[in-house]
Amino acid sequence: MTATPDDELWSAIGDPSRCQVLDLLVSHGEVSASWLAERVPFSRQAVSKHLAVLERSGLIGRRKQGREVLYQVQPGRLDQATRAMTGRAALWDQRLAVIKRLAEATHAATKENSRNDE
Amino acid sequence: MPGLMIDRDILIEAPAEVVWRTITEPAQMSQWFADQVDLVIEPGARGYLKFGDQGGPVVVETVDPPTRFSFRWNHPHGEEPVAGNSMLVEFTLTPEDAERTRLRVIETGHELRSWPDAEKQRYADEHLQGWGEFLDRLDTLVAKR
Repeated sequence: MTATPDDELWSAIGDPSRCQVLDLLVSHGEVSASWLAERVPFSRQAVSKHLAVLERSGLIGRRKQGREVLYQVQPGRLDQATRAMTGRAALWDQRLAVIKRLAEATHAATKENSRNDE
Repeated sequence: MPGLMIDRDILIEAPAEVVWRTITEPAQMSQWFADQVDLVIEPGARGYLKFGDQGGPVVVETVDPPTRFSFRWNHPHGEEPVAGNSMLVEFTLTPEDAERTRLRVIETGHELRSWPDAEKQRYADEHLQGWGEFLDRLDTLVAKR
C-alpha cells in the first residue's frame, strides 16, 4: 500500500525526457535506439543515456537481433512503479478524509454553539 | 506515464477558515498526519514530525491564510530541504461557497534524486516500517468516522 522508496526507479521516471522515451516504448513495443532518436527532440547520444538509466532501473530490457539492439518495457516493473504511486495517492485520500471529518465536526460544533447563544 | 506528482482533492462542508485551522494547527495536524507535530506555522520555520518512535524534520514554505499552505519534509538530516532531496506538500483551499471548501493537495519530489546512497538506505529502512504502522493507525481513525 505504501510507496516502496525505490529511488533508482523514481529517478528513472522522474525526468520528462526519459518519460518520453518510456512512452514511446510503451506504445510501440520493441524498438531500437535509432528508431527512438528519430522521434524525440534530443540527440541519439541522449537517447542512449536515457535507455541506460531506464535499463538500470529495471523498467526496460534489451535483446540483440542480428546487428541491432532492441529495447522493450518490462511490464512487471512498470506496474510496480504505478502501484507505488497509487498507494501514496490512496494515503493522501485517507488523510484528506480525516481532515474533512475534523473540519466538518468543528464547523458543526461552532454552528451549534452560536445557535445556543441566540 | 503520469508525472511523479500526487494531486488529490476533496470537498469539505465547512468554511475555508475552519479547514485552514484543521490543516495548520499542530494539535489538529497530529490527528491527520504525524503523532506529534512540533512546528510554528510561518514561512521558513523548522519543526519536527514524530511518527511513533521515529520522525523527521519539516520546513514550512508558504503560509497564505486561508488559501495556501506548503511544507517540505522527508529530507536528509542536517541538509537544507530543497527541490531534489525532499518532498513538497502543497495545500490549496478554494471556497465553493460560504459553507463549502475544496481542499487540494499536491505532493512532489518522489524521485528524491540527489539523496546520497546511505540516506536512501536509511530512509528505506526507517520508513517502510514506519509507514506500515502509520497506515494501520490511519485506517483505524478513518474507520471510526
